[in-house]
Order: sequence, then structure tokens, then C-alpha cells
Amino acid sequence: MSTKNHDPQVHGLFSSPVAFQHLFDEIPHGVFLVDRQRRIVAVNSAFEALTGFSREQVRGIFCAHVVRNTICQQHCPVLPNSGEGVGECPAGNIISSDRKKIPVRINLAPIYDLSGECQGYLETIEDLRASEIWDWERIHTEKFSHLIGSCSEMQRIFQIIPMIGQTDSSVLITGETGTGKDLIAEAIHLASDRAKGPFIKVNCGALPETLLESELFGHQKGAFTGATESKPGRFRLAHNGTLFLTEIGDLPLNLQTKLLSFLDDKVVYPLGGSKGVKVNVRVVAATLRNLEQMVHLGVFRSDLLFRLNVVRLHLPPLREREGDIRLLLDQFLRTIAVQFKKHITGYSEDALRELLSFPYPGNVRELRNIVEYAVNICQGAKIQLNQLPQYVLESKTPPPPPSVREEVMPHVPTASTEKLEMTWKSMEKKMILDALAQAKGKRNRAAEILGWGRSTLWRKMKEFGLDV
Amino acid sequence: MIHTAHHVRSVLLVAQDGCVAPRFDMALEAMLATEVEGMKQSLILPQSSAEELCHLIMKESVQEVVCGGIEDEFFQYLTWKKVRVLDNVIGPVDWALERWKAGKLQAGDIFRQESVASPEE
Repeated sequence: MSTKNHDPQVHGLFSSPVAFQHLFDEIPHGVFLVDRQRRIVAVNSAFEALTGFSREQVRGIFCAHVVRNTICQQHCPVLPNSGEGVGECPAGNIISSDRKKIPVRINLAPIYDLSGECQGYLETIEDLRASEIWDWERIHTEKFSHLIGSCSEMQRIFQIIPMIGQTDSSVLITGETGTGKDLIAEAIHLASDRAKGPFIKVNCGALPETLLESELFGHQKGAFTGATESKPGRFRLAHNGTLFLTEIGDLPLNLQTKLLSFLDDKVVYPLGGSKGVKVNVRVVAATLRNLEQMVHLGVFRSDLLFRLNVVRLHLPPLREREGDIRLLLDQFLRTIAVQFKKHITGYSEDALRELLSFPYPGNVRELRNIVEYAVNICQGAKIQLNQLPQYVLESKTPPPPPSVREEVMPHVPTASTEKLEMTWKSMEKKMILDALAQAKGKRNRAAEILGWGRSTLWRKMKEFGLDV
Repeated sequence: MIHTAHHVRSVLLVAQDGCVAPRFDMALEAMLATEVEGMKQSLILPQSSAEELCHLIMKESVQEVVCGGIEDEFFQYLTWKKVRVLDNVIGPVDWALERWKAGKLQAGDIFRQESVASPEE
């Protein structure tokens, strides 16, 4: 290779000399040459694009000042006893001139002259940004290490979370109680571009309807008695983030309409307010109920289900997650033992047999509680059979199939509840009549007998048509 | 803390082996200086941390920072705090300081002389 005014040429490879720089520029990775003093001799186009420095700027400059790789700052790979050594491919990151931190992997090769003396080095910088987007293992370790599951179904879910995170569609997570719906919702938020924004969780079943509306959509000052101040509501608090609506199956019908309207136009109308507020929120909903069945019963809006059902994740119950029970038992034992400062190394054989055969109707949450109970009780190095909760030892019945399980069904008035209500009402009426008879018609005395206040008795009598 | 009148400019240069540190987040030395008095203080940091450096810059109320590479997050933060950041500066600290005092130092300035030696040499 010969040089002439920074226009080096390669001789001897082809019938006529070729331009070295042109050849160098064709390499898709950032490549540069340094002399023995580690001053830059040549760089290619990919290097210029990656670092943001032009070849004219960096020629003759000490490479670590241009490349700015973490590896170079800690231990230059060229130096003896650097720990890495020439030929290895350590991963680090660089800071480009436009202030981007870029993960890279470098590869270093010495360049020898014809007499075998080292004249410099060829260094390749591989941009890892593209490969890291799909580097599930690394993302999993950094962000989702608390998600545990080795069964194929859970692995599939873990693998699609980053992809779901990259979209902005509504997500519906279904699964029995204790299967980890909340964790998955948060993992989706963390995997999305909204990760730096807020993750707001609202339990739709935890608040009465009127309060829930104000909690979700906010209210203006004076909107109702006691509204002394304006409240932004959870939708506005979740602006640029994710709103997680758990127990969506418990959302009252009129709020379902309001939520549907929000999903359509992304505008929140606070209670008592005349103006809508546009917010940028992704909605993730979860429920243990069978929403299709609720739609069929007329207690859940079908159009809301279709809106939420853009991306659906169903978390399998623990009894269907082959191999995960053992994994979770060990993981929880480790973490809880450390938390309680106990030196417990495992389970005795019979305790483990019992734990592996338990059906876990409460899924992972129940499994964790059982382990926590056992760690509390255990005094030795291994958890024994008699240190497990009594109900674990007694339970031998398999769990009922989901179709007949009561908790997955919504609370809707049925003939039997109506009958029960009627019975209670007639019984209450009979109690009032008995008390009045006993008090010889004196209402004060009757109220005393019943243990009620006068106003309560009066109200009940009016209700039952006894106020004559 | 450097107490300066409002019209006297002050600067913090992150340093490494006598040169402007290539990375703000990995610098272990910082030099505080003013336009009038020159070098005031040389600090050895207990650990490299961009957050700690930002905290130091705020505490010392310096108006300008000279460094090599800096992540956008910290650049934006300092700019928001009205600190002028002269980044992508490559060269010896003394050269950078003199140039800064003369009001000539710009972001992206590179020292051009054969004497830019590697620190280990």
C-alpha cells in the first residue's frame, strides 16, 4: 500500500493499483487504523457515521479521545495486561459527537510489516443498537427479571412483551386471580417508549361508581357537594404514560360508555367541566372475568370489549404451567429466606411432593403465601411437611373447571338472589309487625325492641307500606 | 465554592491525564477556573458519575463546562440550568483553558499539533 496526499493505494492485489479509501469505505462496520502510538491513520465512512467525526478531523488524534469507548477509558485493549487482549471482542458503549450513547462491540487486530514488526492496529466497531432491540435475554434480565416462568406459554408471553411494548394499541390481559396480570401490565409499560412516563393503576372494582368516575376522569371545583378543589383524574395523571385498569369487568355500565368514548377520541371530560382535555395515554386492562360471557349477559358493552381486545394476553393458571411450580417454589424460598434472614436451603422430599401436587387455585400469589408461611414456621435448614399450612395438607380435591367457578362470573341479579332478597324483606316486615304487636302499637317501644332508631323504623315501615 | 461577580465567567473542565476528559460520565478529575484568576481548584472525584458532576457544577455555580463526549440527557439538563456546555473538545487542559480565557474556545475544537501524545506514553 502506498500513500500520496492522504490518498493511499493498494498495490499487488489487482492488475492495477486500487484506492484504499474506497475499499475501506465499503466495509459496513466502523473501521479505523491506528499507528503504534494509537493515533488515527485512517477511518472509513461507517466510522464517520457512527462517531460523527470526519476523517479530516480525527487524523493524527489519539484514538481514545475520538472513539470514547468505555473499554478504552478503563483499559486500552492494546496495552499489555489490559485484561482484554488483542483479538477479543469486548462490548462497551461510545458517545458520538451528537451525544448519543451507542452500545458497541470492538474487535482489534495488530498490523505487522514484512519483517513481522507491529506497525499499528486495525479496530472494528460493531454497532449493537439494532441487535439489542431484539436481544430478549438482556432486556429480560434488566427489566423483567422478576417475571419467572419456564413453560412454553409463559416464554411466549415474555417474548412478545417487547413487541407489544413497541405498539400503542390497547391491551387486554386475562387470567385467573394471582396469575401475574399486574406484573405483565407493568412489564408492557416498561418495554414501551412510555417507560419514562407514569404507570397509573386503577382498580375498577375497588371504588363505588360515583367515586370511580371522579377518580378516573377528574372533576371541576364545585362539580358536586364536597368538590372543594378541582381534581385532574387518573387519565390526566397518566399523560404520556400507561393507565392500567385492573378488574375492568367490574366497571359500571355508564363508565364503560365513558371509557369507550375516551378510547375513540382520547379526550377526557372531567365531571362538571364543559371542556374536554386531550391526553396521550395507553390503556392496558385486566380482568379475571369472562368478558365474552358478560357481553352475552348484557353487563359488559361489546363495543368496549372489541376496543380493548386489540392485543390480548391470556395468562395460564399455575396448574397448567408445567415445571413452573418448582421454579417458583425455589425462587420464592430464596428471596423470602433472605428477607427473613433465615438459612433455609430447600424442601424436604415429602414437603416438596405435597407442594408439587397442590392445585394452587390462587395461583402464584397463593404459592408465594404458602412459601412465606413455611419460611416463617421453619426453624431448620429444610422446610418439612408439617411446616406447610394445614389447608395444603388437607386439600386433595382438584380445582373446579373454570366454567363452573363462581369468581369468574360477574355479579348479576339472578332468580335465586331475587328469591333470597324477597325472603329477607318479608322476614324484616314480619319482625317489624311482631315488634309493633309486642309494643302494642307504640312505635317508640317497637324501635327499642328492634334495636333501631325511630327514623329507621319509620323509613322501613314506609318502605313496606305499614305506615298507615 | 467559587464566589464570582456576575460578569466574571467561571468554568469547569473535566480532565483525564492532562487532557480534556473524552467522556463526561467517566471523568475522575475536574478543574475549576475563572476568567480572571485562571485555575482555581483541581478536584479528584471519588468516582466517575455524570450525576455527581452535574451536582458539583450546580453547587459551584459555574457558567460553562468543557468536556469531550457528553450524553444528551446531561447536556440538556445543564443547558436547561443555563450552563453553557462546550463539548467534543479534544486536547490538553491547559490549551483548552487558555483558549477559553481568550474567549476563543468552541464546542468541537480539536488541538492540532503533533504533541497530542497518548497518556500512557
